[in-house]
Amino acid sequence: MKDMSLSRENISERLAAVGYIADRDIATALWLMDYLKRPLLLEGEAGVGKTEVAKALAAVHSAELIRLQCYEGLDQNAALYEWNYQRQLLAIKTREGLGEDADAIEEHIFSERYLLERPLLAAIRRDKPPVLLIDEVDRADEEFEAFLLELLSDFQVSIPELGTVKATAIPRVVLTSNGTRELSDALRRRCLYHYVDFPEVDREAKIVLTRVPGIDTALALQIARMVASVRKEDLRKAPGVAETLDWAATLAGLGIHDLRQEPEALHETMMCLIKTREDRSRLTSEVTERLLGKVA
Amino acid sequence: MAVAAHSRSGDNVGEPMRLKLTAFAHTLRGNGFKVGLAETADALSILVMSAADKPATLEPALRALFCATRSDWERFDEIFEAFWLARGIRQARVLAGAAPEGAAPVCALKDVGPRGGKPGLPDHVERRQDDGGYSVDGRGKREGASRAENLASIDLRYIVNPEEIRDAHALAERLARVMRARLMRRERLRKLGRRLDLRRTIHKSVSHGGTPLELAWRKRKERPLRLVFLLDASGSMSLYTAFFVRFLHGVVDAFREAEAFVFHTRLAHVSASLRDRDVSRAVDKLALMAQGIGGGTKIGECLATFNRWHARRVINSRTAVMIVSDGYDTGEPSRLAEEMWRLRRLCRRIVWLNPLIGSRDYSPQARGMQAALPYIDLLAPAHNLESLAALAPYLARI
Repeated sequence: MKDMSLSRENISERLAAVGYIADRDIATALWLMDYLKRPLLLEGEAGVGKTEVAKALAAVHSAELIRLQCYEGLDQNAALYEWNYQRQLLAIKTREGLGEDADAIEEHIFSERYLLERPLLAAIRRDKPPVLLIDEVDRADEEFEAFLLELLSDFQVSIPELGTVKATAIPRVVLTSNGTRELSDALRRRCLYHYVDFPEVDREAKIVLTRVPGIDTALALQIARMVASVRKEDLRKAPGVAETLDWAATLAGLGIHDLRQEPEALHETMMCLIKTREDRSRLTSEVTERLLGKVA
Repeated sequence: MAVAAHSRSGDNVGEPMRLKLTAFAHTLRGNGFKVGLAETADALSILVMSAADKPATLEPALRALFCATRSDWERFDEIFEAFWLARGIRQARVLAGAAPEGAAPVCALKDVGPRGGKPGLPDHVERRQDDGGYSVDGRGKREGASRAENLASIDLRYIVNPEEIRDAHALAERLARVMRARLMRRERLRKLGRRLDLRRTIHKSVSHGGTPLELAWRKRKERPLRLVFLLDASGSMSLYTAFFVRFLHGVVDAFREAEAFVFHTRLAHVSASLRDRDVSRAVDKLALMAQGIGGGTKIGECLATFNRWHARRVINSRTAVMIVSDGYDTGEPSRLAEEMWRLRRLCRRIVWLNPLIGSRDYSPQARGMQAALPYIDLLAPAHNLESLAALAPYLARI
């Protein structure tokens, strides 16, 4: 087990080895997660790479990543467990034919065989601690948040028909939030907190270099600078890291080695970064040129 | 794992360090951080681990531990530096005033609020209105509330007698509560949409040998209507502001699905201050916030701030945005129109409450009003308490 836990020194390298370029702060937060056994709450704009953190963490520990995507109206059944009704109904019918009494049937159909694991139950029943990603927790209702809080402190679940299920291994929990709703103070206090911002130019260039094979270092740097300045424009949706990667892949695919090479193609491909009509009209070719003049 | 080997109680840390850490936690609490005992204990164990480290390497660890919100995150560095590097608790306190949300300066006023100067609700006022059974929609007036009704129909500008002002405030508060109750009751009646609950149906069918004789139903959960108030606190509205603040307090306090903002040249989120149970203190806080205004109203810009920074968080699929303003805008009308258009796409309804509609021959001439008009679902008067009460049925239908 010893080598599974992250030490403060090697965590950045190990993250880099699985393709995640971490800054010092997130590396510290991930180390603290293990050290203090607290869940980590990541907040930040859409597209800054919050989900990537959980994926990288899972890769570092070579652990399973279990993901619970939250949405409005998500209830405990969908998140925790469900009974397999179809099979239960079948079992009732067949056993009835055999003349078994009701109690025995009930005993049988509420057994492990008919239980369908949902992400939260799955996360606490693994032998090896998985990484549990609770994505966009702010989309779930307050009631669900309260339930989650209980689960995160006790790591046990009671299933009325079966009894209490205790965690066999405590999962590493990462929660992400986009800030569509204010989370409760209780949940915030329970967690370590990290505000994920858009990566600085150097780090974004490194990300491009790792993720887009065969791209020039100079071009990666130009792209990162360009994206950083696009983010400073007053846009409705600032381009995320995923958009940067799309754009970099497009440019690499077109065989462009320098952004100044083909201003026309540059402006057209920049639409990889823009996701609304409003922003599109704002980012005219003059604006692109102005930005290009600044960065390249 | 490795953690257990270390003493997590912090025995290895010297007493001075422990005291200092406690003081730091205290400073953070003073700056509005939600720091509990568990966090302090964990911080101590981090210190044990990195006792030899410089503060610079300690900082990210403590930040991840102590912060809970984005505003915490942004302020932490400065507070940390002020405390650990310059030893300035006082400096850190000053920083609290610079908090971006504007909540902190209000908190700082807590002690200043002259509790005695502006007394809270006199008991008899509330009781009398309860007995009178004041009806919000103006129908079914019963005896005992005549004065209250009278007050309800007077234009708020003309209420000058201090006693009447007090009564009108109380009435505004009460009105808000009645309205809230009405909206919530409406909710309960509407929950008629039903679907089959398979889980419980099967459970019940076991006693009938698997034949689902008794069906279990599931009720559809509806989101309650959320109200978001944007209150204009500019000079031209000053005669009305106090009443609306009181009204807002009634709506926001204890009603989870309500948010309030005050704007003049800037926009401030005031729900937290309004949730103060102490009415007069909450109102004082807001009155102080609304003071010291000059340079006109920039409705368009304030709306832009709202749309950009707050809308995503406070607006859901069942939200009515209520703008309380006279529409006198010193900003660009085109800006206002653009932001109204944006807001229109985000929420269910936009209601504009304009106190000027009360005067007899009002027509929406103000430039701001003209610009906003196409995007408004309901333009309603708000010059007296009756007109506010008349809103309840409309909101209940949304």
